Amino acid sequence: MKNAAGKDMFSKLVYERPKTLLDRRLHYCPGCHHGTIHKIIAETIDELGQRENTVGIAPVGCAVLLYDYMDLDILEAPHGRAPALATGIRRALPDRVVFTYQGDGDLASIGMSEIIHAANRGENITVVFVNNTTYGMTGGQMAPTTMLGQKTTTSPYGRDFRTEGYPIRMAELLAGLEGVAYSARVTVSSPAHIRKAKEAVRKGFEMQLKGMRMGLSIIEILSTCPTNWGMKPLDAQKRVLGEMADYFPLGVFKEKKQADFE
Amino acid sequence: MATGRIEIDFERCKACELCVPVCPRKCMEMGKTINRQGYMAAVFARPEDCVGCAICAETCPDACIRVWR
Amino acid sequence: MTTSAACAVKRILAKGNEAVCHGAIAAGCRFYYGYPITPQNDIPEYMAAQMPKIGGSFLQAESEVATINMMLGTASTGTRVMTSSSGPGISLMQEGLSFMVGSQLPAVIVNIARSGPGLGGIAPSQGDYFQATKVAGHGDAHLICLAPHSVQEMYSLTMLAFDLADKYRNPVMILGDAIIGQMKEPYEPTPYTSVVPEKPWALTGAAGRAARSVKSMFLKEGEIEAHNWKLLEKFRKIREEEVRFERYMIEGAKFLIVAFGTVARVAKTSIQWARSEGIPVGMLRPISLFPFPEEQVREAIEGVEKVLVAEMNTGQMVEDVQKSTPHHDKIRFFGKPCAMPTPDEILAQIRLIAGVKQ
Repeated sequence: MKNAAGKDMFSKLVYERPKTLLDRRLHYCPGCHHGTIHKIIAETIDELGQRENTVGIAPVGCAVLLYDYMDLDILEAPHGRAPALATGIRRALPDRVVFTYQGDGDLASIGMSEIIHAANRGENITVVFVNNTTYGMTGGQMAPTTMLGQKTTTSPYGRDFRTEGYPIRMAELLAGLEGVAYSARVTVSSPAHIRKAKEAVRKGFEMQLKGMRMGLSIIEILSTCPTNWGMKPLDAQKRVLGEMADYFPLGVFKEKKQADFE
Repeated sequence: MATGRIEIDFERCKACELCVPVCPRKCMEMGKTINRQGYMAAVFARPEDCVGCAICAETCPDACIRVWR
Repeated sequence: MTTSAACAVKRILAKGNEAVCHGAIAAGCRFYYGYPITPQNDIPEYMAAQMPKIGGSFLQAESEVATINMMLGTASTGTRVMTSSSGPGISLMQEGLSFMVGSQLPAVIVNIARSGPGLGGIAPSQGDYFQATKVAGHGDAHLICLAPHSVQEMYSLTMLAFDLADKYRNPVMILGDAIIGQMKEPYEPTPYTSVVPEKPWALTGAAGRAARSVKSMFLKEGEIEAHNWKLLEKFRKIREEEVRFERYMIEGAKFLIVAFGTVARVAKTSIQWARSEGIPVGMLRPISLFPFPEEQVREAIEGVEKVLVAEMNTGQMVEDVQKSTPHHDKIRFFGKPCAMPTPDEILAQIRLIAGVKQ
């Protein structure tokens, strides 16, 4: 189509799915943020030109099918063990980019030991941590990040700190470890937040590409689980930006600079 | 006058509605036609107002939207 | 085990645990992960000292759970990798072992077994026989399992373990015990001559080829069933082609001992003494515990009057011996959990089954 001035209109494609994200229907529920986060990671890998140099690790959880969606070499992890797998890959292939994709039950409950020690060793890997305050795939059970008072299928009367303790803030906890190069908490609950999240994911991956061993990067992404929360996707996003962001503050908690090593 | 155009993959859309409120020009609406997944997919209701900002596409969790300028 | 005819290899004096390391390094293993546990600490200590010198990587993991998963990561890149541990540590690895079998990843796990159950003790034991041979964690999963009875075999079976792991894309366990690990004797470090196979499944970054995944989950209709049948077919092939055993003084034997590992080593002395007393006894020693030499055991039992199954546990391999033969009435069991039987003790058992007055 041409406009009145005779110029071609709409000839420039300004947005399409990133190459690394395969052209397949995602199995996630409507409004689930996994898809958005997959896109951000795929875009980052495309922009950094690392598609042929990356090995990803798929978690146990809704995102286990990562290998069906990303045009990357991907290893499937036992529940919580992704950082140990990533350690084994990164040490065997020191010049590859290695990332894990983990949920809150995976990373902050069963895999707490593996993430803490991989972080403390300063493994040069990027961890994308999806915090939606629940176990999504198994049907909405209580997670370590479940908010106080939040009802889940295993906290039917609401999480009570007297019996179940408190929601855990992983980004802050990991930022306190010497081996961590970058730690940030972001969300993808609005267009502006999506852009910030992408910046954070890019920084996380860039840490691996720097000349020297910077350490582990973790990007905690506050996300929705509309199905298990029993909310419409738009309301679920409001919850993320409201009570979740109040308890889990957004921001960068640590960012090592190259100069820190010089 | 439109300076952008989008294309929604009707069959992939899950009608999550996230693209509707984010459009600064209010071009998006939820449709009335059911796709093969069983969702009433979003529609590009006011193409004349589109500026091709791609915010809808960036927001779409299912990567259903392509944008041209 | 064998001396190359072309060049005799100089014998060296080493502990069993050291010989395992020598074998692994000779077979090109440059990645070791592990966690301290008695009585196998010589292995990680040796690897910690050697790996940096030869361009390898040693990492003390935060747990055995992390260990087996680090191995899963390294194995997925097509790189040879080993760990060692003992009873409780091997228990912690079971989940990862099941994932390795399901994902078809090769790795070598050395179990220098101690006594259980629970924390048990640090004395030698063969109480991990079931754990090593029956199932790798959950699901229809098997390890290949080799049981050395000398320092020489600690070396050569470790090299073989890497070859079998690669050949079948399956984890392989070396099942030793505190005695075989700590025992020092001369052995011949024969050169490693195998050719490492190509690994067209390895994850290395999808450069110039289609992306790959290594996984154990199969959700599509019929997929996991098909995967299980495929694994079974592999185990069937292993049972067919990888049975290893030793026949010891079996000629003219009326009595048979079936024993593996350290107990078989001790039994050899008892058999010599019994033979000098005129008792016709021999031994069938399974070297591969999975696959178990069922056919050879069955055949050996056919020709004898009585069978003594001797183990450093309360009776585990004896079940496989029973499974191998219809002549259950011939089988006697001698078990000594958590301590090595002496040659005299086994001799006493031989006299018993032979009906010799003591």
